[in-house]
Amino acid sequence: MEFRELRLDNGLEIVAECNPHAHTMALGFFVRTGSRDESVEVAGVSHFLEHMAFKGTAKRSAAEVNRELDEMGSHANAQTGEERTVYYAALLPEYQQRAVELLGDIMRPALRQSDFDTEKQVIIEEICMYEDQPPYGANEKCMAAFFGPHPLGHSILGTVESIKMLSPEAMRRYFQQRYSPGNMVLVAAGRVDFDALTAQAQQSCGHWEPWSAPRDTSPARARPAFQVLRKESSVQEYTVQASPGAAAESDDRFAARILATVLGDDSGSRLYWDLVDSGRADYAVMGAYEFQGAGVLMTFHCSTPELAQENLGRIHQIQLQAQRDGIADDELDRAKSKITSHVVLQSERPGNRLFAVGTNWLQRRQYLTTRDIVAAYQDVSRSDVARVLARYPLTDGATVAIGPLENLAAPA
Amino acid sequence: MISNVRDIAQQIHTHRLPNGLVLLAEPMDWLESVAVALVLPAGCSRDPKNRAGLANIVAEMAQRGCGPRDSRQFVEDLEGLGVDHWASVSNAHASFGGAMPAERLQDALPIYADLLQRPLLPAGQIDDARAVCMQEVRAIEDDPGQKVMLELRSRTYPDPYGRSPQGTVESLEAIALADIQRFYDATYGPDEAIVSVAGKLNWPKLKDQVEALFSAWPSRPLSRLVELAADGRCHHIAHESAQTHIGVSFPSVAYAAPDYFQARSAVGVLSDGMSSRLFTEVRENRGLCYSVHAGLHSLRDRAGVFCYAGTSTERAQETLNVLVAELRKLAQGVHPGELARLKAQIKSSLIMQQESSRSRSAAMAADWYHLSRVRTLDELGGIIDALSCDSINAYLAAHPPAQFTVVTLGASPLELPDGIS
Repeated sequence: MEFRELRLDNGLEIVAECNPHAHTMALGFFVRTGSRDESVEVAGVSHFLEHMAFKGTAKRSAAEVNRELDEMGSHANAQTGEERTVYYAALLPEYQQRAVELLGDIMRPALRQSDFDTEKQVIIEEICMYEDQPPYGANEKCMAAFFGPHPLGHSILGTVESIKMLSPEAMRRYFQQRYSPGNMVLVAAGRVDFDALTAQAQQSCGHWEPWSAPRDTSPARARPAFQVLRKESSVQEYTVQASPGAAAESDDRFAARILATVLGDDSGSRLYWDLVDSGRADYAVMGAYEFQGAGVLMTFHCSTPELAQENLGRIHQIQLQAQRDGIADDELDRAKSKITSHVVLQSERPGNRLFAVGTNWLQRRQYLTTRDIVAAYQDVSRSDVARVLARYPLTDGATVAIGPLENLAAPA
Repeated sequence: MISNVRDIAQQIHTHRLPNGLVLLAEPMDWLESVAVALVLPAGCSRDPKNRAGLANIVAEMAQRGCGPRDSRQFVEDLEGLGVDHWASVSNAHASFGGAMPAERLQDALPIYADLLQRPLLPAGQIDDARAVCMQEVRAIEDDPGQKVMLELRSRTYPDPYGRSPQGTVESLEAIALADIQRFYDATYGPDEAIVSVAGKLNWPKLKDQVEALFSAWPSRPLSRLVELAADGRCHHIAHESAQTHIGVSFPSVAYAAPDYFQARSAVGVLSDGMSSRLFTEVRENRGLCYSVHAGLHSLRDRAGVFCYAGTSTERAQETLNVLVAELRKLAQGVHPGELARLKAQIKSSLIMQQESSRSRSAAMAADWYHLSRVRTLDELGGIIDALSCDSINAYLAAHPPAQFTVVTLGASPLELPDGIS
C-alpha cells in the first residue's frame, strides 16, 4: 500500500492509494462545490450540473458518454452534497487510461440547450420522487431550520420552481466559478498505476485554465427551532433533529462518531434498546456529519403518530442523560469494536477507499491509512466524549416533524 | 493484467453433515474479513394463510435471546466481537449473518449456533417483537415504490410464492406464542439449511467447528407447499402522491434453467448500465423518469422480470406506453454492441465480488439453493464467454416478453396498452 500525490501546473491535485494486491480500482474527480456555494436564485444548480456532465462534451454526445462507461464495464455514478460533487467509477485496472480520459472530458461538459431541457424534466422527477418518499424532504428542511441563512442550510436538490427558472447561461456562470482545476482533486484507489495516472491526467486535464474559486466559510450559528409540518397522506410520523457537531477540521470528530454510535447506532445503542427493540419506533438513529467550519449531529425517528409525542420525550431524556452522565466504559469499548470493524470491512473495496481517501484530502489535505483511522478511534477516551458533549450540546438543536399529526409539542 | 475472470485462483469447499446441513466455504486470503450467512427454509411462503407475517416474527423472536444469553446479551456479544450482523426474511428463507474481522469467526459461530438451535423465544418479548413487525407494515404504506412492487409480485406468482414477509396489522395481531413455537419447530432445522462462509478462513478448522456446533441438531422433514392461483392480473392502487408508480412484470426462466443466462442477458440489455434501453429511451431521450429499471427475479422453479418506473402523473401514461413498447421490442433481439457491453459489466461485477466476503458468502448460498452446487468463476467465465446474440435471440424468439401484469399506484388509473388486460 503506497500513498502518492502530485499537483499539475494548473492546480489540479492527483492523490492515490496504490494497492498492488487489489483486483480492481476506483477513480473519481472530487470537486469542492455543492449547495453551500449556490445563491438562492440558482438553488439546485450543483446537482443539476452533475447530471449535465453526463450529457455530453465538445467531442461526445450523451449517448457516447453512457456507452463508453458501459464498454469499460465500469460502475460509474456521481453524487452532489452540501460542499462537494463527486464523479466516480469502479473498474478493472486495464481501463484506467480510458476512464481518466472519459471522466476528465465530462469535467468540461458542453451544456447544450436541448440536453438541458430534457434533463430538467429528469431533475423535476427526482424532486417529486423525494416528495413521495419518507421523510418527505424533512432532512433538508431541518438543515435549513438549523443553519438559518448560513449556506449550509441550502437545499441540494432545489425546488421545482428554482429548477424551472434555471437557464443554461446561469449554469455556465456557476460552472465558471467552481470547476477550476485548483478546486478539484483526481483521486484513485486500488490497483492504480500512479505514474501512468499522472501522465494521463496531464494529457486530459493539463490544458484547463485555472482561476480562483473562493468559498464562503463564515461560521455557522445553531438555531433552535421546532416545526411541525402536516402531510395527511402519510401513515407514520417522521422527525428529524439537528444539533451541533464536530467540524471537518476538528479532531473531535472521532469521539463525536463514537458518541453517535453509543446513543444512536441502528443496533445495540441507547435509542435502539429504548425505542426500536421495544417496537415503539420503526427506527431511531443518529449520525454525525462534518463540513468545512461546521458539523451537525442528526437524529432520525419514525413511528406511528400515536407514539410520536412520547418518543420525542424519550429521545430527549436519552440526550439529557448522556449530557449529564456521559457514556460508560463498556459502551465505549463496544462502539470502538463496531466502528473499527466497520472501517476494516469497508476498506476491502477500492470503491470505499476512494471515498475515504478523497474525503480526507478534500477536507483536510491529509492521508490516513485504514490502520491510522482504526488507531484514532482506539485512542478515544471517555473524557474525549465528555469534552465533545460539553462543546456540542445534544439538546441545542432544531427539530422538524412531518406526518399526519397537526400538533406536536417540543419536549420540555 | 489479472482481469480474466477465469484466471483468478479459487477454491470452494462443500461439506454435508449427516443431518443434512450443508457447509460451503471459499477461502479469500487477500481479505482481512470473513462473512457467514446462515440460510434456513423458514421464509414467509410457509406462513399459515391466516398468520401472514409469522416467519418475520419468528426471525425477530429468535434474536431476542438464545442459549445462555438474553436479548441484550445476544446483541452485545456480537457487537463486542465487531460482527456487523443482519437478519432477513424472504419468500423462501430466513437468513442470518455477519461480517467480521477474520480472527473473530470462531467466537461468533457458537452464538449463531445458539441462535438457530436454542433460541429462547421468550413469552415476555412477543409484544415487542410484534410491535417491531407492525412498524414495518406501516412503513411500507409510506413507501409507494416498494408498495407497488410488492403488489406486483403477489399478482405475478401463485400463492404462496408471491407473498411478501410483512403480513398485515390483523394477521400479526392474531399470532400467538404457540404459532411461533410451531413454526420454529417445523422450519428451523438442518434439512435444506445452508451455512456459507467466505473470506480469510482455515477450512479444516472451520469444518471441525461447524461439525461440533451443528451435528446434534436433529433432522426433521419439511412439509410440501400447496400452490394456489395468483389473484388476478392488472390493478390500480389509488394514492395521493406526487408521482405515479408503475410496476410491470412478465414470466421468465429460473436460475437453474439451461437458458437462464440468455434470459438474464436480455434483461441486462434492457436495464444494466447507463446505455441500457430503458435508461436511454425512458430517461435520457424523453426525460420521463428519474428512476426506471428492470430485474430478473428467480425463485427455485419459476421466475419473473419485474420493471419499475416512477413519474409525475401527467406523464405516467406515456411512460407506461414507452416502457411496454421497449419490453415488446426486445422480442426482435439484441445487438452485438449491447452484448459486448453487457459482458464487460458482468465480468467486472464478478471480479468485484472477489473483494467482498459478504457478497461471496451470499452468492454461494444462493447458488446452492438453486443448483445444489456452487458455480466457480471459471465456469461462470466460460458461460459468459459463450453467450452469443444468436443464442439470446433464439431464446427471445421462443419466449417473447408477454403475459404482462401491470400494477400502478397514484392519483389516477392508466389506460393499459393494447393486448394487456
